[in-house]
Amino acid sequence: VQNTVQHVLLQAEDMQQQIIRETFHLVSKRDDNVCNFLEGGSLIGGSDYKLIYRHYATLYFVFCVDSSESELGILDLIQVFVETLDKCFENVCELDLIFHMDKVHYILQEVVMGGMVLETNMNEITTQVDVQNRMEKSEGGLSAAPARAVSAVKNMNLPEIPRNINIGDINIKVPSLSPF
Amino acid sequence: MPAPIRLRELIRTIRTARTQAEEREMIQKECAAIRSSFREEDNTYRCRNVAKLLYMHMLGYPAHFGQLECLKLIASQKFTDKRIGYLGAMLLLDERQDVHLLMTNCIKNDLNHSTQYVQGLALCTLGCMGSSEMCRDLAGEVEKLLKTSNSYLRKKAALCAVHVIRKVPELMEMFLPATKNLLSEKNHGVLHTSVVLLTEMCERSPDMLAHFRKNEKLVPQLVRILKNLIMSGYSPEHDVSGISDPFLQVRILRLLRILGRSDDDSSEAMNDILAQVATNTETSKNVGNAILYETVLTIMDIKSESGLRVLAINILGRFLLNNDKNIRYVALTSLLKTVQTDHNAVQRHRSTIVDCLKDLDVSIKRRAMELSFALVNGNNIRGMMKELLYFLDSCDPEFKADCASGVFLAAEKYAPSKRWHIDTIMRVLTTAGSYVRDDSVPNLIQLITNSVEMHAYTVQRLYKALLDDISQQPLVQVASWCIGEYGDLLVSGQCEEEEPIQVTEDEVLDVLEGLLVSNLSTPVTRGYSLTAIMKLSTRFTSVNRIKKVVSIYGSSIDVELQQRAVEYNALFKKYDHMRPALLERMPIMEKSASNGPTEIVQTNGETEPSVEPKHPPPVTQPANQANDLLDLLGGNDVVPVIQTTMPTKPASAGGELLDLLGDLSLSGGPAPAPAPSVPTSQPPFLLDGLSSQPLFNDIAAAAIPPMTAYNKNGLKIDFTFERANPNPNIAVITIHASNSTEADMTDFVFQAAVPKTFQLQLLSPSSNVVPALNQGTVTQVIRVLNPQKQQLRMRIKLTYTLKGSPVQDLAEVNNFPPQSWQ
Repeated sequence: VQNTVQHVLLQAEDMQQQIIRETFHLVSKRDDNVCNFLEGGSLIGGSDYKLIYRHYATLYFVFCVDSSESELGILDLIQVFVETLDKCFENVCELDLIFHMDKVHYILQEVVMGGMVLETNMNEITTQVDVQNRMEKSEGGLSAAPARAVSAVKNMNLPEIPRNINIGDINIKVPSLSPF
Repeated sequence: MPAPIRLRELIRTIRTARTQAEEREMIQKECAAIRSSFREEDNTYRCRNVAKLLYMHMLGYPAHFGQLECLKLIASQKFTDKRIGYLGAMLLLDERQDVHLLMTNCIKNDLNHSTQYVQGLALCTLGCMGSSEMCRDLAGEVEKLLKTSNSYLRKKAALCAVHVIRKVPELMEMFLPATKNLLSEKNHGVLHTSVVLLTEMCERSPDMLAHFRKNEKLVPQLVRILKNLIMSGYSPEHDVSGISDPFLQVRILRLLRILGRSDDDSSEAMNDILAQVATNTETSKNVGNAILYETVLTIMDIKSESGLRVLAINILGRFLLNNDKNIRYVALTSLLKTVQTDHNAVQRHRSTIVDCLKDLDVSIKRRAMELSFALVNGNNIRGMMKELLYFLDSCDPEFKADCASGVFLAAEKYAPSKRWHIDTIMRVLTTAGSYVRDDSVPNLIQLITNSVEMHAYTVQRLYKALLDDISQQPLVQVASWCIGEYGDLLVSGQCEEEEPIQVTEDEVLDVLEGLLVSNLSTPVTRGYSLTAIMKLSTRFTSVNRIKKVVSIYGSSIDVELQQRAVEYNALFKKYDHMRPALLERMPIMEKSASNGPTEIVQTNGETEPSVEPKHPPPVTQPANQANDLLDLLGGNDVVPVIQTTMPTKPASAGGELLDLLGDLSLSGGPAPAPAPSVPTSQPPFLLDGLSSQPLFNDIAAAAIPPMTAYNKNGLKIDFTFERANPNPNIAVITIHASNSTEADMTDFVFQAAVPKTFQLQLLSPSSNVVPALNQGTVTQVIRVLNPQKQQLRMRIKLTYTLKGSPVQDLAEVNNFPPQSWQ
């Protein structure tokens, strides 16, 4: 898988798109009851590379592998990956993958590294991903919005806040906001 | 400046675009915004912008201006920044950009970071796209991390090390010490990646491989781990459909394969575990099959004992019956690899493989076809060919060319009889005629020419096929060639093999002329038909019609046709006396020596190489006859004694080649004498139709039968014939004089005279006493030069003394077999 990833990345960007398009074309033509292995198209390096895919609802997960991988094993790997996605996103659907493509990348990084299989234990993967996500969240995440909101409030010039508001018999104690 | 929009916003916006142009516009607008944001060096939003850039990059738009920004993110302290920064680096950067080297320092620092996830990010990036310079610089850090006790980092370091080794192979040694106790880890992730690392090292360097085998005792360690995996009970962490960590099992099996290859000791050590896995694995799900498959591959690759190999092939055979297409596919692929080495074992599954020809899946069909051709042999040729021809009928066009070639090859090697061979060829030509390769036409013609006794049958069948369909060019070409050659057989209704059809000369010429004018015929085909028509001028009686056709084409636009027509016209006008000679039947063509007698003997299921050594390659004609003889006698018990004098049938006036059927004298007698000289007396044949000599294959010389020239008063004189090499015009006759009376004939003198056009040379006799009661013979050699190939006649004079009284006799010998003087 590694060699192919490298190979694809080393092409110009429009070639990359073409490879992707050709792959999709090949795979989407396939009937459901044929085998899941395809010889790669002409753009992907020749006969040593095979496309192994699985069809889930509207999505195809295609792995391009060379002869050092076991074809049947890759089928199981795809299954593990999809199940992990399911766990991380809680009943994953197509929109999740579109709107959180960075997260998908991060999950994949825990499964495959440098084109080789890194970890196949689903629990392990989800745990690691969760920890890292929490770390991100604590820093404010990608949007960085809460931090901005906080700093915005900080810069507001608020007048003295009364400590006690007396309205007749009701006595409201204003909690003290800790300075931040 | 307003805050840059969030990633989510961007995605939503882009998805609303209805056309490609609209989308491009949105992207361009956003890119501009991002660029200005980058210029402002705003740290807060950099990560958001890069994330959006990556999304747009995924859609296929250029994003190179974000490369430097990724580096800035990597250098930041925040985890979020680093995370997206490294991702961006992996997606946007590669070795070709010089910028990537700037990452090296960051990665180095991050490899030593206090947070393991940051270290993990660094390892990941280095392992995915690190260039050789980066790897060289950072290998030491990776090696350190390989020895850490943190399993999260250890497994990543292992894969990173693999990448380093791939980029800079010289660094492999450096990682050796760290591998020492990799396999004693409990964590499966580490185990898995360690096995990958070890596999990489063993594959790359034979020294490493040897080292691991001997010093590290890798095999026992792996066997132990594998055993634990199989024996251990249910472990929810690593379970996939009931099997414990199949990925690790597969990896270990693969490493075992490399270790066991060509090494007896290692192979021995793993024999048991392989047998165990092979017999105990559950096969109901894909997982089990994946493991079994890997086991089979390993068994076939190492030096396993034969029982294990048979087990492996049987597992593959079971795979073929599995409902799952994927399993069938991998099984066929592996069987294809092993059919060379374990031919017999694979043969057992032949019927299943042949069934796969009918599968709907293209990949499976192709593999089944290749495998079927590999399995064809002399014993199963009839059955297999039936299936393959059926496949040829119904398969997709992409297969037809390969299948047709395969059929021809197999038929040529293993055809049980000439008739079967020709029938098979006919079948291929009529069903897949347009897909047949170009070089098969001449091969087929050669084959048909050589199957002398099948000429009538062949031409009849081809004629009938032509009546049905003239669109398949190879078929048409072969058919028109045959009709040109054997048209006389066609109209005379001589076919023995099947019901002869009644066809007139005019009908045949109609068909051939039809080919000339048809739009379906290619120029090559037209050439064939014109030549065929011309040849029929010596075989048919309606010459005028042929003359007319030929003269019309003298003005054809096609240069090739025009040239032929003009030449043929000239034949009619100026060289008519040469026409019969030029248009004679083709002689049998020499085939290349490789298809010698051995091949043909095998068609009976025997493997008798005994015939071959005695006969130098040119003797293919007798070999072909031997094939026919064996076929006629139908038996395996006829020892192919090709030395026997070839039996002959009298030739017809057309000077055609001899058909060799009829009596077979297996007894001794004069037989041995001609045989040894047979191979030497054949000149290289000439197919050049313009030579003035009639073309006649002198192999027929081997077939000249002995004759009795004189038989009176107890004296019998037999003539036996040979041809002298190198001059084909000299007939060498050996006379054998025998005496059946009670007394010897002494002073025996034999004299001969020949007509003026011949020249005679008498050599000395063996003796001049012919012993009584056929106790011996006197032999004498006569050499006759016959340059004009006229009919041989001889007047002989015999003088001898019998019982004291001299005897003299004159006789004319006219019953020379035509072959002796032609």
